[in-house]
Amino acid sequence: MEVKKKLKVKNNLGLHARSAAMIVELVKKHNAKLYFRKGDHIIEGDSILSLLTLACPKGTELEVKAVGEDAQVLMDELTDLFEKGFGELS
Amino acid sequence: MSVGKRIELKGIPVSPGIIIGKAHIIDRSKIKVPLRKIDKKDVPYEIERFKKAVETAKNQLSELKDRLPDRLKEHAFILDSHMMILNDSMLYDATINRIKEKEINAEWALKESFEEIKNLFSQIEDPYISERINDVENVVQRILRNLMGHTQNEIFDIGEKSIVVAQDLSPADTAGLDAKKVMGFITDGGGITSHTAILARALELPAIMGLCHATNQIEDGNILIVDGDTGKVIVNPDDDDILYYRDKRAQRERLRSFVLKEANKPAITLDGHRIRVMANTEFLNEIYGLKELGAEGIGLYRTEFQYLSHSGIPTEEELFKEYKKAAQVMAPDPVIIRTLDIGGDKFKGEFSQINETNPALGLRAIRFCLKNIHIFRSQLKAILMASAYGNVQIMLPLISSVDEVLEANKIINDIKRELNKENIAYNPDTKVGIILEVPSSVMIADLLAHHVDFFSIGTNDLIQYTLAIDRTNKEVAYLYDPFHPSIIRMIKEIIKRGKEYKIPVSICGEMAGDPLCVPLLITLGMRQLSMNPRIIPFIKKLIRSISVKELKKDVKKILSFNTSEEIRSYMLVSMKELFPEIDAIGDYFYMQG
Repeated sequence: MEVKKKLKVKNNLGLHARSAAMIVELVKKHNAKLYFRKGDHIIEGDSILSLLTLACPKGTELEVKAVGEDAQVLMDELTDLFEKGFGELS
Repeated sequence: MSVGKRIELKGIPVSPGIIIGKAHIIDRSKIKVPLRKIDKKDVPYEIERFKKAVETAKNQLSELKDRLPDRLKEHAFILDSHMMILNDSMLYDATINRIKEKEINAEWALKESFEEIKNLFSQIEDPYISERINDVENVVQRILRNLMGHTQNEIFDIGEKSIVVAQDLSPADTAGLDAKKVMGFITDGGGITSHTAILARALELPAIMGLCHATNQIEDGNILIVDGDTGKVIVNPDDDDILYYRDKRAQRERLRSFVLKEANKPAITLDGHRIRVMANTEFLNEIYGLKELGAEGIGLYRTEFQYLSHSGIPTEEELFKEYKKAAQVMAPDPVIIRTLDIGGDKFKGEFSQINETNPALGLRAIRFCLKNIHIFRSQLKAILMASAYGNVQIMLPLISSVDEVLEANKIINDIKRELNKENIAYNPDTKVGIILEVPSSVMIADLLAHHVDFFSIGTNDLIQYTLAIDRTNKEVAYLYDPFHPSIIRMIKEIIKRGKEYKIPVSICGEMAGDPLCVPLLITLGMRQLSMNPRIIPFIKKLIRSISVKELKKDVKKILSFNTSEEIRSYMLVSMKELFPEIDAIGDYFYMQG
């Protein structure tokens, strides 16, 4: 199964260590692979270092693809994380 | 009581507080990594060795996490992220692949993986992300020590209560330290946004980083004074030092407790006036700590340092890099950059021949810049280029006539056209303001207002020029007085003109951070203050306890006084009533002097 979606970084700090770590944790919990694309840059969502090197400040739009058995659940939970700004206090 | 030579060192203060104690040196020198070719048949063994070292590292970090004291639990994520890095494909898988493909030892393969990550991180512009490379390095060093059979030399092995001195500390080190034994720490490397600095502040342990050679200059057991407020370390202090710092420590402890906690809340007077409190700053390093002190922008960014620390004039690129970083760190809050405010006498090389009998009235600041257009242009271009990365504004110093503003505006417009042609990004609406610090400019504030976006009052020079006194001249320095009725009248006039022509007025001289002046300034209508960052939490607290409505009637009285002494004592009495802590703040403030 494959799910694609566009997500926008909404939290003030952008994809920093803490938010990137939350994404990695989320991927670990599910049976699916996650890919992020920004421009020509494509990385896998299970690597905190790759997520950091993507350098995404607030407002960045990302194309996200989840592949695997849990793809839909993973995408739903990921969307929720992005929507809630990674629990960052504003 | 002290043995050994007294030495003073200066570093970056990353966590405030004053401590006096014995040095405990921790050897954390980076490990020299050997390169070895291995036989193909040994590859599986080498990979196993690497996996084991990573596994051990994971157990060590997990143990450190368990030892984390309760008040640090919220920082456990730092250790979690270290554990995550351990198994990250860019580090873990990449190293295993290197061992396989290149048939080399695990240490070297790991080092190469790290170099590659480091290279990627160095291209990231956001300093908060690019500095995370330090976390990766900490993790790599830990694996290396495990691979090579070095002990981890954890910091919790310290015997007696002492000040930790190290080349560098990892967050794991800081988290693992026993707060009962460690009084604080100082390191050769590191910076204010590192996790170690964040942890130090959370633990409320004074810390100074970036001391460069502290580990060479300090010996185990030396007595140290560490002033985390200023970044000063005294090795082998004398008795006077110790008395002075004991006293200073007692004073600051009393104050700290009641103000720092609220530093980040806005400064709103009792009757609802919101005051923007900004910082005066000079070094890029300071900037990272400003938000924590509650600064809502940089109201005065002094730019002279880059010119003075250089043997020649800095390049456009060097200036741009610095301004851009400042803009990014402070965004969306403003960074108001003052263009070069010195004269030729301060430069080495081409201008050093200029000899003036009265430099304060000589060829300096805007005058120097308009005479040396190439220097001015390259700075303005750097500022405009940085404007694409945050809320950057230009502020021209020592303006005394409209002509100077027109000339500067023309140059700025020229540069904008140039940037358009070169297709370089900048903010076309970058605000350009002036510092009112020459009495003539105050008299023609209405004329100037047509050509600028904002006024900032530079009280230090305004007082000096208005009262005709040289502050550095001991014979007349006592005449320097912010409460001189002429100064109060001038400020009132400028605020009035600002309102009339609808341009913002701020104040960036020492008066802006003087607890006795602030209530008066606010009542006169000032809504933006820029000051020494360390006084910000105190001034914000003070603003929250005054009411403009209440003070209005005092102002009328103040404006009728004939002497500065009357004004000062009136302010002192009325402020003591409203804000009993003012004495303590005053002490703290004047102590900085």
